[in-house]
Amino acid sequence: MSAAVEMTGSRTSAKRVVTLDQAVVEIMSDSGEGAQKCGQSFGSIAARMGNGVWTVEIIPAEIQPPARSIAGASGNRIRIGSKRVTNGGDEADLVIAFNEQVLLGRVNAGELKPGCIILLESMWAESSDGKIASQYRETLGRLLAEGYRVHEVPMESECRKLVSDPRKGKNMFVLGMLCNLYSLDMDLAREQIAFIFGKKADKIIKSNVALLEAGCAWAEQNLEFGYRLPAVRATEPQLVINGNTAIGLGVLASGMDICAMYPITPATSASHYLSDVFERAGGIVHQAEDEIAACAFAIGSSYAGKVAVTITSGPGYSLKQEGIGLAVMAEIPLVVVNVQRGGPSTGQPTKAEQSDLLTAMFGSHGDAPKVVMATSTIEDCFYSMITARRIAEAFNMVVVVLSDASLATAQQPFPRPQFSADWVAPPIDQNPVPEGAKPYDWDPVTGLSRRFVPGQPNGMHTLTGLAHDRSSRVAYDGETNEQGMHARSLKLAALQKMLAPPKVFGAEEGDLLVVGWGSTRGAIEESVEKMCAEGYKVSSLHLTFLQPMPGGIKEILQRFKQVITIEGNWSDRPEDPLIDDSNRRYSALAMLLRARYLVDVDCWSEIRGRPIKPSSICAVLRKRLVPEGTRS
Amino acid sequence: MSAASVCLHHLMEERRTLEDYQGGVPRWCKGCGDNAILAAMQRLCRDEGLRPEKTVFVSGIGCSSRLPHYMRTYGFHGIHGRALPIAEGIKLTRPDLHVFVNTGDGDCCSIGAAHWIHAIRYNMNLTVMLHDNHIYGLTKKQASPTSPLGTKSNTTPRGSYLDAMSPLTVTLGVQNASFVAQAVDWIPESLFQIMTAAFRHRGLSFVRILQRCPEFVGNMFEPWVHDPQRMLMLTHEDGIQISPALQKIYRNQVVHDPLDINRAREIASSEDPIPVGILYRNPAVPCYEDLRRAGMLRTADSIQGSLEAEFDKFTVWP
Repeated sequence: MSAAVEMTGSRTSAKRVVTLDQAVVEIMSDSGEGAQKCGQSFGSIAARMGNGVWTVEIIPAEIQPPARSIAGASGNRIRIGSKRVTNGGDEADLVIAFNEQVLLGRVNAGELKPGCIILLESMWAESSDGKIASQYRETLGRLLAEGYRVHEVPMESECRKLVSDPRKGKNMFVLGMLCNLYSLDMDLAREQIAFIFGKKADKIIKSNVALLEAGCAWAEQNLEFGYRLPAVRATEPQLVINGNTAIGLGVLASGMDICAMYPITPATSASHYLSDVFERAGGIVHQAEDEIAACAFAIGSSYAGKVAVTITSGPGYSLKQEGIGLAVMAEIPLVVVNVQRGGPSTGQPTKAEQSDLLTAMFGSHGDAPKVVMATSTIEDCFYSMITARRIAEAFNMVVVVLSDASLATAQQPFPRPQFSADWVAPPIDQNPVPEGAKPYDWDPVTGLSRRFVPGQPNGMHTLTGLAHDRSSRVAYDGETNEQGMHARSLKLAALQKMLAPPKVFGAEEGDLLVVGWGSTRGAIEESVEKMCAEGYKVSSLHLTFLQPMPGGIKEILQRFKQVITIEGNWSDRPEDPLIDDSNRRYSALAMLLRARYLVDVDCWSEIRGRPIKPSSICAVLRKRLVPEGTRS
Repeated sequence: MSAASVCLHHLMEERRTLEDYQGGVPRWCKGCGDNAILAAMQRLCRDEGLRPEKTVFVSGIGCSSRLPHYMRTYGFHGIHGRALPIAEGIKLTRPDLHVFVNTGDGDCCSIGAAHWIHAIRYNMNLTVMLHDNHIYGLTKKQASPTSPLGTKSNTTPRGSYLDAMSPLTVTLGVQNASFVAQAVDWIPESLFQIMTAAFRHRGLSFVRILQRCPEFVGNMFEPWVHDPQRMLMLTHEDGIQISPALQKIYRNQVVHDPLDINRAREIASSEDPIPVGILYRNPAVPCYEDLRRAGMLRTADSIQGSLEAEFDKFTVWP
């Protein structure tokens, strides 16, 4: 990363302002102290200045964790850049902590860069509780010994000069410090405060602006360093939302009427958001009694009307499998969203993982072909819902959309979508069905048939999950069973012919191709850029459609000397003594690519519950590209 | 509906025959009580003038759940235990459709028990028939939750171990129950009367129909079939009135007010005599679809309007 030092004449103090092209900042507090609001505001101000932004929530698993505990750490990671930022980046450059305990969790998890700057609330040193004071001193000593650059900040006492309850408002003081440290526009910051407290009294806005200004002034006088991330002001409006909100907005935009769901982390916030906005637009979020009922409800709704959606996460997805098979068999269009989390079983509910790909493709008993897509950016979460609805409807198929916990709560600005009437589902057909038409009149080439919706005269038939013929009569013979199976499978091929080949990121040929899917896109592409800048011939390919896979992939794979997938799921480690070619379990996508294209695809994966870092990927790629023994 | 539109509606109405509602040839066993339920349904559709394209029979899995195949309406033969949530999805999406549910004692009271409880609570305008023959038929004779204690079956060769559950008392114990009735397949006239009342009730009408399975538990209801005195006929001016012909056979009658839930629970607990009629009916219980549907028309314009308003909340302007 380039860094240039400048002395600014405009400032009152002799502050050294360094120009950066990106920075990772974390704000950590006990839950309820407002670190989330502070971090999101910081991101929004930077976004308005034209900086690239990616924010990630750091959420405790418990609702009311004890104060000053490692497990209770709540906060926000914000990565800002001169240009577009596509992922949460590597370890943090600067951390602001409201107490030393919430900070420790991040230190122990290795989330801080060596020499990371830490701005630490200093009030604990004078705590009347001797235990707290000694914990503070002990931690401070450890941090200094480990080489972190710690600045003690009397946040509480500075805030007390302005407000009686500093616990509410300390976050705005911190925001002010951050605006100073990263040279953000204070007018925009004041506007941001007016925006977030917009519904409240003027007095509250004024008091928060005062705290903001105090934080800024304190940093200006007491901290001798500062940064600048030059950016070009955005020319078009940007939406700043997280992945789950984007899914909710996408459902609204797609014209779907019904979302049936059952609460499950980390998918539920999409339904929370929908519950708030959907009904004002005539849609309904139905919270069913369980995941199975949610799926069955959505199927009933789709059968009788427009395509419906059910939103869930891993365990819920498992429970829906029989229902999904019914929708496949009866050719009822359905959109299923799986915001993946750590598995198997209850696993790691709040953590990101990409372990449900194969279950999405091959889940449900019998041969149950369905479409599987993966979202790879926040913007993609929005548009995927519209695409999924359209495919489900055009092909009378189940479309599974895979997102994950890291997209669910991450925010990244993207251009405000321009509404198109094509997004919206057409009204349901209630015209009479032509005499003699059959409900499963499968086209011999595409496998497609026209769906009959209740209410259509002449279309009466009994739909069934049993094998059936073109008239939907139960089929007991092998011939008819095979005809239905054939048609349902052909639909995937028909869709595949409409998909554009995926685009290679970087050069069309080279030494190494990285293939990925889902939320790893930003980190993979950043790594490719970095490796290319170092002179390596590396490119990447990111797949949106996993089933069917678009054409042209084999040709792309063949233009590279090596191919590797980077995935957030398990793969056996070749260095383990028992692991060899005959038993290694590959990552999901690697296994699929090897099977389909007969190319020797390797894989590297990590399931540490956090987004894969670009530096981890670069390290893996360097190892693959530099022969053993020649490394310096 | 205004009087004028009712009038117009009747003008448009075509007269249909039983044949107009007859689908495939039933494949139930000879003497199976499901045949009586099917006949009652076809008669109900005809007499109520239901348009076949506006009528959907939803079922789960089991002998009972084959019924939709034998109707010439829309039908949805779903998966085991899930008929109710499928029917709820249909009804919430399309309140204009007449939605019937056919389910069995295994389908409803065992694998689908959670949905049963919650369906009662939602109280959507559905007509639910529990074909209760006290045995699993399609999988060939296993004890079901309603099998009487000691029932010999393939999974309980020395007799079943648990007391039977009562679908009536369970249903009457759930908040928002709005229509609970019991019928038997061997009194077709009464079955039809009860089903008609169930259909006309606005809310979830739950009708448990005691249904004979001659193949696997041929003697289950024989004592009652042969002794009309062991049937307790519930009558009320707001409930079912028994025809003079039936009154002569079934003399054991009791006047029961369908709004009296405490008495309904007592009657529901009676296994002998078998009560027949409406145990409980309360038209005042709200329907979920009425609570949830705002009746707002969804057009591209209205969707765009709400979408832009949401975008405004999250937009960072340059």
